[in-house]
Amino acid sequence: MKKQTEIEKNVLSVSEITGLIKQTLEENFYEINVIGEISNYKAHVSGHWYFTLKDSGAQISCTMWRGVNNYVFFAPQDGMKVVITGRLTLYAPRGSYQIDVRSMKPAGEGELQAAFEKLKKKLAAEGLFDEKYKKPIPKYPAKIGIVTAIDGAAFQDMKSIASRRYPLVELVIASCKVQGENAAEDIAKNIKLLNLQKDIDLIIVGRGGGSLEDLWAFNEEIVARAIFDSELPVISAVGHEIDFTISDFVADLRAATPSAAMELATPDKDELFAFIDEFSYYFPEKMTEIISGHRDEIRKLLSSYGFRLPQDMISGKSQYLDSLVYRFQNIYENKLSVLKNQLTLLESKLQSHDIENVLRKGFSIVKQNGKYVPRLKNFKEKDAFDIKFFDGEVKIK
Amino acid sequence: MSKKKEISFEELLKRLQEISDSLESGTVGLDQSIKLYEEGIGLAKTCYTTLKEAELKVTELKKQLENNIKE
Repeated sequence: MKKQTEIEKNVLSVSEITGLIKQTLEENFYEINVIGEISNYKAHVSGHWYFTLKDSGAQISCTMWRGVNNYVFFAPQDGMKVVITGRLTLYAPRGSYQIDVRSMKPAGEGELQAAFEKLKKKLAAEGLFDEKYKKPIPKYPAKIGIVTAIDGAAFQDMKSIASRRYPLVELVIASCKVQGENAAEDIAKNIKLLNLQKDIDLIIVGRGGGSLEDLWAFNEEIVARAIFDSELPVISAVGHEIDFTISDFVADLRAATPSAAMELATPDKDELFAFIDEFSYYFPEKMTEIISGHRDEIRKLLSSYGFRLPQDMISGKSQYLDSLVYRFQNIYENKLSVLKNQLTLLESKLQSHDIENVLRKGFSIVKQNGKYVPRLKNFKEKDAFDIKFFDGEVKIK
Repeated sequence: MSKKKEISFEELLKRLQEISDSLESGTVGLDQSIKLYEEGIGLAKTCYTTLKEAELKVTELKKQLENNIKE
């Protein structure tokens, strides 16, 4: 109480009084925790943060130096309620006091959720989630870039699924931190890095399950923009089914989990084998079907009227030929039989004139110079002649 | 390094599908179907062995590549 009155007696300079206030403040408020809502937050190029903390009745300005602020796992946003630790300092030149903040945490899950909704609305309004920007996912990727922690369970799962389903693919792991400070920047950088490679077909960005705070990196704007700007299609696979992050909304495809992502990204070897087998089993049958189809066609053709025509002609001709032959035979036979008849007639006539028969009847025949003499006029009186009787001949001088 | 010059597995499968479609359509002549069929069987064998012998390849993108990112 006594010190108080001395100050009133002697007159102090501004600096003196400010010095005293500074001392009082800095000695008594060396270790403070303050809860309040962030407003006019500015991240200076130097990396230092400047913002004010307010509530309904008051506000207090704060600074957070670069070396310290990169330990904050989230990017502060105006309107976010946070709890900070730090100490009070007085900035003499402007006679203002401020909190030199050493650490910052969201005032509760709700804060993060609120920040999430805010960023979601903002990016949605900008069209980052629009369907028309969604790129198709390649069906047979030759190379898949993966942005996750190389030592994380998520990566192990993805590897085993890839080798089970489609070992033809090559996985290119761009490893990075997936939570805590600078995780978001790390993820964004790796997405850009993969886009620089020439032959990557697809990127999977993700991590295993965790709390909202653990997954927060995937709710940061820097990751959302990196995904949106990626020329390669991106599958986002963060946490479990129930976890939805901003990166899920921006990505070309959202997978419930990292394993699900790999299943969506790769064809199934067994299905491919089935397709190939089908070809090796089904198509021989198909070929025989085609060939027998052609054979039937040929048979149909052969039996068709067009083809039968020559056949018919031939059979027609041969039939005609037969009929000719038949007629010829008839004629021939008739002729033959006529001739035969005549022959037999002549024969019988001959028969009747047969000399033997005459001699047998008692007549005799005169033969001269070996010839029979049927008429007197043929008889030569001077020549010798024979008389032939039935039972012998006699020579007459 | 890029694998593009080899015929990719995808192209093999696409050709296999094309052959199967044209055989299925039945609009292809007999000689052509036989030629297609033989090509198909050859393709099926290659696809089969490629898939059978494939082993997962995992490579890590080296950190030193980082510096060529234009910030």
